[in-house]
Amino acid sequence: MPAKVSLKDRISNFNIEKYGPFVALTVLLLIMLVLQPEFFKINNVVNVLKQVSYMGCIAVGMTFVIITGGIDLSVGSMAAMTGGLMLVTTNHFKGSVPSIILALVAGCALAVACGWAVGTLTTKGRIAPFIVTLGTGAIYRSVVLQAANGGEFRGATDTYPVIGQGSFLGIPYAIFVFLVFAVVCHIILNNTRLGRYMYAVGSNEDVARYSAIKTDRIKIIAYMILGFGVFLMALMFSSRINAVSSSNFGAGLELDAIAAVVIGGTSMKGGRGWIWGTVIGVIILGVVSSMLNWLNVSAYLQGAVKGLVIIAAVLVQRGRGETK
Amino acid sequence: MNEVLISAKGICKDYSGVRVLDHVDVDGVPGQVHGIIGENGAGKSTLMNILAGFAQPTEGSVVFQGKPVVIAGPIAAKEMGISMIHQELNLIPDLTVYENIFLGKELVRAGGLLDKKAMIVETRSLLAKVGESSTDPRASIASLSVAKKQMVEIAKALSNDSKVLIMDEPTAVLTDNEIEILFASIRQLKEKGVTIFYISHRLKEVKQICDTVTVLRDGRRISTNNACDVAEEDMARLMVGRELQELYPAKAVPGEDVVLDVQNLSIPGVIQDVSFQLRKGEILGFSGLVGSGRTELMEALVGLRHKTPGCSITVMGKQVGLNQYDEAIRHHIVYLPEDRKRTGLIVDMNITENITIVSLGKYCHPFVDRKAEGRTAAKYVQAFDIRCKSITELVRYLSGGNQQKVALAKAMEVEPEIVILDEPTRGIDINTKQMIYRFINDLARQGKSCIVISSELPEIVGMCDHVAVMRGGQLAGFVQGKDVNEEDIMFLATGLKKGVPAHAC
Repeated sequence: MPAKVSLKDRISNFNIEKYGPFVALTVLLLIMLVLQPEFFKINNVVNVLKQVSYMGCIAVGMTFVIITGGIDLSVGSMAAMTGGLMLVTTNHFKGSVPSIILALVAGCALAVACGWAVGTLTTKGRIAPFIVTLGTGAIYRSVVLQAANGGEFRGATDTYPVIGQGSFLGIPYAIFVFLVFAVVCHIILNNTRLGRYMYAVGSNEDVARYSAIKTDRIKIIAYMILGFGVFLMALMFSSRINAVSSSNFGAGLELDAIAAVVIGGTSMKGGRGWIWGTVIGVIILGVVSSMLNWLNVSAYLQGAVKGLVIIAAVLVQRGRGETK
Repeated sequence: MNEVLISAKGICKDYSGVRVLDHVDVDGVPGQVHGIIGENGAGKSTLMNILAGFAQPTEGSVVFQGKPVVIAGPIAAKEMGISMIHQELNLIPDLTVYENIFLGKELVRAGGLLDKKAMIVETRSLLAKVGESSTDPRASIASLSVAKKQMVEIAKALSNDSKVLIMDEPTAVLTDNEIEILFASIRQLKEKGVTIFYISHRLKEVKQICDTVTVLRDGRRISTNNACDVAEEDMARLMVGRELQELYPAKAVPGEDVVLDVQNLSIPGVIQDVSFQLRKGEILGFSGLVGSGRTELMEALVGLRHKTPGCSITVMGKQVGLNQYDEAIRHHIVYLPEDRKRTGLIVDMNITENITIVSLGKYCHPFVDRKAEGRTAAKYVQAFDIRCKSITELVRYLSGGNQQKVALAKAMEVEPEIVILDEPTRGIDINTKQMIYRFINDLARQGKSCIVISSELPEIVGMCDHVAVMRGGQLAGFVQGKDVNEEDIMFLATGLKKGVPAHAC
């Protein structure tokens, strides 16, 4: 049944949403190869990956939410609250192994419960996710600020930091956590019923409902998976720096995560997207920011460059979409 | 004889290497209605889209007022006085009727503020012209029924002072009296010298309203005749290129067992106390005017809509609640919605994913078995003769008839015992229609039970042995056996005759 496809058709049918991020990353790496070959030293590569792996966990989770047609702006504050809770818990029990397990369970439960709450408010409460998460984000941040009295939580044990500072074969745990989470999420999205339903809900919620899919439940699960990603980020980052600043921890994280998802080719309208694109998007953001460092671009201007990259990524996708 | 105002000369159109129009000529004459008929995929809509500037011809040209022109886009077409009413309505649901009608050409008062009052008054008179004086210009489009939306769309086209008006299947969602109103306004437009192109699948209407009829088949013009010179049968023959067999198969004889018993189903403000029974192997028709609550009734029945507590539903002897659609699916009841693009299929997903979306559980252990899914899809593609490039083609790119076959496959995939089909042949070609009639008939012969909602009376009369007629949210009555004819159903639907009480049937 499949007809032969000519080379010309293949080129004109080139799926820029799917392969565009790869092309962009390749171009970036080639530029680096010319400008700054030291970039490719193993230490530096590991460092770049480590820098983005924290935000990456959130971006991978965010992919689910965006595919189902939602958005979550509260992830940064949620991470601060979760990280704070875990640090306080381990401190309280003097960092014994059971206390660390308790902290993990508590942090995971809190973040996933936050996801559930947002999902429930947007579906059952019928409030736009943009508004809900603007609200919950403010609430989470306030809670942390109040609990830390505006300052920061400091780790007082030497066991908790092992998680964030440890490494295996010279590669920090954080990178493994990010990649394993991405693989698991990829499998969920591509090879399970849940994943298929997420695309369906994001593509056309009415049809999904008329196909006996419990659309509310699917959307809530997407927010809960994102909650789990936030928990991973909070765990790895708070244990790496062994502190949670109530005002700074996770600030601006939501924008980086959403940017990575969009650069990776996931449609903001929902229904289309994929985890590997997000992973590439995360790496692109890391390479760009490291490139700017090498080039001695002022730290103040780096945000502007990142903004341009995001807008360019969306423009490229949009241009392609409209020619159809 | 009037001068030709607009004509297509040797139009060819290729879509990704496939020729969909092949040297087609048609002429539009002021004051005449030119019917364009053909099966789905024959190229009717493409040809009209070219005349209305929505598509550009690959070869050939459009001649307007004696000069060859390039119609760059729909706005250019509108400026030339060409408007088109699409099959899929182009109204913005959140805006009101008058805002839609004046979209892009709002009336403004001195100072740049909108002159709402003038627009509302003007809209009211436009609506009156199409017999919709009961519709409030300030009502939002979303609150209107499909038929009313269609009339608004026509009123909108009228407001453009069009010289050329192209209508793509304008009657697909209208009931008989609405069609009469539409035809009356078409006749008025004719008198004013408007050139009208009229695409339809309903040959009877074409015969009734058109002056000239052009038949397209596989992208070629087969014939152009005066409408009075060709009989409906001839048109059908020209369209399919062969003799049409009997459109409706012989009616199946239903069994005795009641598989579905609905008592006192109500939806607040929409449906009052509807009770009916469905037997094994029966094809039960649901007739009635658009807006009589048939769709809402079925949606409530299967759990897609909230129903008033206190009704009783018995499926194969078991009392059930059916408050969620998946519960209905578990009881082997499937509902095929009328609006394919809004509720029927996910057009941005492929054929396979659409077919298996309800039954996906069958293919997950726990990971989706794509190969098995593909085999299922291939089976349906072959069995239903779904014309597609491959089973992974997006549903968006299929013709209406083929989309409907995918929707049928999706419904059959859940192995239903009771199939509820809502306007199953809306907007599809006669060959596919015939296939669907046979298919429903076969289902009944295999002992499955079907409920068919249709606004096309000949369809109900041709298919069903037992017909429930609804009016204003209530069951007006039933007709059965020899009484199943268009007149008796219409009498009940319009309230001219009292029906037999439900329990007498």
